[in-house]
Amino acid sequence: MMSTDLRSAMGEFKVHRVRFFDYMPSGIRALAFNQDTERMAVARMDGSVEVFHCSDRFFQEKIIPGREQCGIEGLSWVGERLFSAGLNGGITEYDLTNQKVKYTIDAYGGPIWTITGNQQGTHLAVGCEDGTVKLFEVNEDQIQFERNLDRQKSRIISLSWHPSGSKIAAGMMDMIQVFNVETGHSIHRMLADRGAGTSRSKECVVWSVVYLSDGTIITGDSVGMVKLWDDQTGTLIKSHNVTKCDVLALSVSQNEDSLVAGTSEGIVVQFQFVSMVLEKDDKEWVRTRTFRNHTHDIRAVAEITTAVVSGGMDAQLVVRPLLDKIEVRSAASALRKIHFPHRRLVSCARKSGLMLFQYPGHLELWRLGESEGKGTPGSSLFVKRNPEKLLQLKVKGEDHIRCSAVSPCGGWIVYSTASTLRLYRLHCDNNNISITKISKLPKVLSSANQLCFSSDSSHLFSASAQSSVHIASLSQSGCKFVGTLKPKSGSHQAIHLLAASEDGKWLASANSDHEVHIYNLQTQKAHCTVPVYSSAVTAMGIHPATNCLFMMHADQQMFEYSIEQKQYTDWSRTVQRKGLHRFWVERDTPCLNVMFNPQNPSHVILHDMYMLCIIDQSLPLPDDKTQFYNQLTLKSLTEEQRKSQSHAFKVCKTFKDILCVELMPDQSLVVVERPLEDIATQLPAPIKQKKFAT
Amino acid sequence: MVETSDIRVVRCGGSKVNLTPPIISSDSRFVLCTSGDLVKVYSTRTEEWLHSLQGHTNQVTGITLNPANHLQVYSCSVDGTVKLWDFIDGILIKVHSGLCVSACPECFQLVSVHLPKSAEQEVEAKEMSAVSSHISKNPSCTAFGRGGEYIAFARHLQLNVYFFRKQKTYSFSLKATDKKGAKNAFTCIACHPTDDCIATGHEDGKIRLWRNFIHKKEYTYSTQHWHHNAVNTLCFTPEGTHLLSGGIESVLVQWQYGAGNRKEFLPRLGGSILHISASSDGQLFCTSHSDNKITVIESSFKVCGVIQGLVKDAVLTDLMIDPRSKALVLNGKPGHLQFYSLLRDKHLYNLDIVQQEYIYEAGLDQFEVVKAAFDIKGSWLATVEERGKKSSDLEFFLKLWAFDERTQSFVLNTTITAAHTDRIISMCFSSSEETTMLVTAAEDSQFKAWCQGADADTQQDQNFWSCDFVGSYHKLNPTNCSFSADSSLLAVSFQEVITIWSPDTWEMLTTLCQPPGVIRDLCFGRLSCSKYLLGTTTKNLLCCWNLLTCELEWSTSVDVSKLQPDPFSENVAAFSYQSKHTDLFVFKPSEPRPLFTNKNVCSEKVHRAVFVPREEPLNSCDESTQWLNRSQLYFLTQNMDLLTFSTATEEDRMLSSSKQLVIDDSVAVTPFYLLLGKHRQQQQKLNTQSHPHNMALPLLLRVPGGGLLHTPAHVLPAASVLCSMFVNSFLISNTGVQQDPLRYFVHIWLT
Repeated sequence: MMSTDLRSAMGEFKVHRVRFFDYMPSGIRALAFNQDTERMAVARMDGSVEVFHCSDRFFQEKIIPGREQCGIEGLSWVGERLFSAGLNGGITEYDLTNQKVKYTIDAYGGPIWTITGNQQGTHLAVGCEDGTVKLFEVNEDQIQFERNLDRQKSRIISLSWHPSGSKIAAGMMDMIQVFNVETGHSIHRMLADRGAGTSRSKECVVWSVVYLSDGTIITGDSVGMVKLWDDQTGTLIKSHNVTKCDVLALSVSQNEDSLVAGTSEGIVVQFQFVSMVLEKDDKEWVRTRTFRNHTHDIRAVAEITTAVVSGGMDAQLVVRPLLDKIEVRSAASALRKIHFPHRRLVSCARKSGLMLFQYPGHLELWRLGESEGKGTPGSSLFVKRNPEKLLQLKVKGEDHIRCSAVSPCGGWIVYSTASTLRLYRLHCDNNNISITKISKLPKVLSSANQLCFSSDSSHLFSASAQSSVHIASLSQSGCKFVGTLKPKSGSHQAIHLLAASEDGKWLASANSDHEVHIYNLQTQKAHCTVPVYSSAVTAMGIHPATNCLFMMHADQQMFEYSIEQKQYTDWSRTVQRKGLHRFWVERDTPCLNVMFNPQNPSHVILHDMYMLCIIDQSLPLPDDKTQFYNQLTLKSLTEEQRKSQSHAFKVCKTFKDILCVELMPDQSLVVVERPLEDIATQLPAPIKQKKFAT
Repeated sequence: MVETSDIRVVRCGGSKVNLTPPIISSDSRFVLCTSGDLVKVYSTRTEEWLHSLQGHTNQVTGITLNPANHLQVYSCSVDGTVKLWDFIDGILIKVHSGLCVSACPECFQLVSVHLPKSAEQEVEAKEMSAVSSHISKNPSCTAFGRGGEYIAFARHLQLNVYFFRKQKTYSFSLKATDKKGAKNAFTCIACHPTDDCIATGHEDGKIRLWRNFIHKKEYTYSTQHWHHNAVNTLCFTPEGTHLLSGGIESVLVQWQYGAGNRKEFLPRLGGSILHISASSDGQLFCTSHSDNKITVIESSFKVCGVIQGLVKDAVLTDLMIDPRSKALVLNGKPGHLQFYSLLRDKHLYNLDIVQQEYIYEAGLDQFEVVKAAFDIKGSWLATVEERGKKSSDLEFFLKLWAFDERTQSFVLNTTITAAHTDRIISMCFSSSEETTMLVTAAEDSQFKAWCQGADADTQQDQNFWSCDFVGSYHKLNPTNCSFSADSSLLAVSFQEVITIWSPDTWEMLTTLCQPPGVIRDLCFGRLSCSKYLLGTTTKNLLCCWNLLTCELEWSTSVDVSKLQPDPFSENVAAFSYQSKHTDLFVFKPSEPRPLFTNKNVCSEKVHRAVFVPREEPLNSCDESTQWLNRSQLYFLTQNMDLLTFSTATEEDRMLSSSKQLVIDDSVAVTPFYLLLGKHRQQQQKLNTQSHPHNMALPLLLRVPGGGLLHTPAHVLPAASVLCSMFVNSFLISNTGVQQDPLRYFVHIWLT
């Protein structure tokens, strides 16, 4: 850890620059786009499934944590239901409301390589290792095995339904089969060429197949070819050599005029269906653009209405806008790379200087270091005591951690997986550390979507099903259920954010339907509901002095809601009336934490992945003409001039790749950074490519 | 001093053949290219220059085959005319004049010109409509699209497509640079012949293929990148299956159309590729290169012919005449000396001086030939090559080459690695017949004399060159050296002082000095004037010393940039540069009155000139043209134009000899062939529904000395054949398809 002095115009902070959280995002394995709801489902290597809202700045709405040994190979939407299948041979349906696995049924065909639902929403087809394509009927609440199509000799790698639902194309080793769904028989068998030379002995794997409504079948294979086949004659129409390595993923746009192919070199190649002679109808698939945003294999691509989304081994989700499909250029249409989850993985015991880091399979508790003396702004301070790792807590069972929290006093640690919730009492006297598990937990605390302690650490709030929050009181003797807070009305979506007030009187909860409910903890009743805004809440906090709820949304708008008066504050109304600065709105990562400076009540501290910002509510708001990032300019001015130049937003870009920022009671900031370069060094080596002049 | 009108400056042989893309005739037999104010016709098979289309009065800026008749070619020129030629016979068919020309060399407009159909030979093209008021001056940035329906042109970062029928322009812009530092400016354009696809080349070597360009937003392009530097030219093959591209790498790249990255290469073609063109059957490609060369390439990517023009890219040596071949010798391709026959306007051969691989890349410091000199018999050649002019570490070699009678070329005899400690600035051979001696003067304030076989140690048959004498004068840097005509005297100028030495005893005889000003040029008079020594100084003084009296005979104030003595007469030519134009004075050293004066020869400075002996002397008696009787004066301007002086009588003679018929070189020319061969071709053409070009018999009758009536009867075909042909040939032929009035674009100066 390094300690740095950060003197903004608004104050001086000692910063704990924490770089010992070795967070490692998991590679992306599959993507599925739902056109109707504009949701993108992402499956990662560790078995977790995430749902992004495409029209809400790609906010990560839902996270369903994975399990050990649960490799997902395919994702498919059927209507608004999400299914996945993996190498463990099971098909899983997800309960998106409560963000958990609904059920898993075994397909009995060995590992499943691919899953795809037809457009009619009636059937799911899975391709299995044993060479069968299995059809499942999608029922009201379950799926039911219907039948097998003709069994093939080799495994089924990829599947695609004809939009009419009457035919299925299957990519296999060295060949492509077209099945009639009615009869279950194979109509055509098309052989894919192996590579030339030494790779002739290697099988050609048809990694991906796309069946177009005009009967064209497009395949991407391990030879690096994108091939177009005619399903009437079963012949090759055209082949494009895209890469020397594998073409791993294909995706066609909704209106079938554009196709993207992801390769193991990390490039995405776009093909477009354009007329060769203008204003005539003889169209051909022509290779057009190339996008190079990845360093590693691209395992999944999806062409959505206005962008190409790709993900792969380098664990970043890249949203590359297609400018020809965008009406107005705006922040929403910029290239977007999503590296970190839009949830907090770090919780901080402010009073005792402890940090809890949440990994998929374990928790780590660190004590922050201490520094000596004062420094000039930007200088490093002498570290008196190094930060130390106190505890590593492994999760029991196969499920990954969904949420965790450490109490502000540092005496309690709680985490929850999909199946269990565990609470630990932490004893910490000088160098000895010990934890005891609280064994008898109230039954309602079996699993939580979000966990939060009250500021005096006397209560634990656990968000669970139906948007309800359970309260448990904590004492030396153990944990006692106190009551349940339920919203008066509204949706039953899972809660992803909880915020308790400093005085222990209020609790706010935000769910993925953008609803924010405020409860009175003394009466244990719902107090009010904040008017629903169109964008998701990404962070919120209750001001310790005024008891105003400060909310940040995915579209970078901010609201301040007075709990006591049950209305937006004047400042919030001013912000909405005047509008935010262009630069603020154009940032592409959501704010993940809202903090308040007790020494200066007009200050709100926010952070996103790239910056740290202090909003001074007493200063005028910037308009589009003022210089937004004005820290350097302000520094060069005299005190007098500074007053006229300064505006409410004090942005500090000293730190980047920020996972979490916390304000400690001693006016020091904890900035948890995870440099992307460090992540890149821990990734497996990419495919070696010959670069010019090397 | 009378301005004579019958001597005029002409752009002579050795003009640029690489200014515009060469075109291949549809039968792949001829390559046409522009060369100065001519259009030259070469044979693709023999690379031989067949004839030229003469008639433009200024630089020809473009040629294209007549789409309605593949035996005709249109040419346009800075003189404001578009001319239509029959290129096989070299006949001017039509002249379209009236294309306005005004002087603003930086503004280029794209206009569409309606060429009116008319039977007259001289037609004024009046109908013009502007397509764009501002286009790139690089003609490669303009190209016709499929079937001439649209024209694509680019300037800087904008691509425009103009549709003739809709009269609408679509524009697409690129950003100047992006995060990765791409330089996106357009450098060339080509349109696919059958698909609506425009290929554009860019400054950073990318090639983009544009499609769907009738949409403002939904246009699309794909990018391919191989060239590491700007793409100079792009060309689609006639079937559209391949795209050819070339750049500074001098590698011809063939991209398979529609198959992404599949490409073939033809490397090491010489200078960087400037233009590519393909024959209409796609069997031959032509590339023109920066070293004034056209390469003919088969579609199987084999070079089958090279048409080499005079290379004038970076001339560092003087212009010289090889005494044996009477060829002009100067820097050729990098590291070579080229031998160029001015009479036949043909490149003879390259002599590799540096003998190192040349790497075509900007900014590399490589060896270049900077000095060369022949001895009087042409049996010795001395060359100086150097490198590191910009950096401080100068490297140079002095090489001596002996003419080998057996191989008829120069063979390296001696390489002297450290001839001097600093750069050699002047070099000359003694002009005596018996002993050859080389004198080099260098910036190390010394001059050295080199002799053959002076070193006694060498016992071999070959005699190598070694240093004979080292001379210096007051530690001054020499500027020039020159031998007198009989080699009895050597003059070496040291800054402001000329020293006269006797090469036999190496004794300094006298010094001459006429301050102020450093001596710039030095030469002895010839023949009857050999007692005179001429010198020019930087302070605009031309001095003439009498060596017998060692006194200044006369001097005059004129800024002489080049002093060139004629080795075959007493005459000396002096080019003087003042107030933005160069004047020529020809005079005899014995009298200060010029024989001939030509004001405003050209607008640039002249630093290189040479007298070339005539094969047969003219016998002009006119005083002003007499100096051109025995030799011809060629000079090179700073723009690298090779110009000469020609007299009216000479031009008349040229014109009369140029009207000869061009015949296929593979068949013996008999009247029989002329008749039947043409007849056969004619029938083929009729069969293929092309334009009948029916000139055989009337031409035959015109062949001097070979006419029908002069041919013995036993070699003539049957009378029935002859009669019908004879009659047919007088019928007015009916051109098959009526063509639309042709649209033709030219670059035009804008006021």
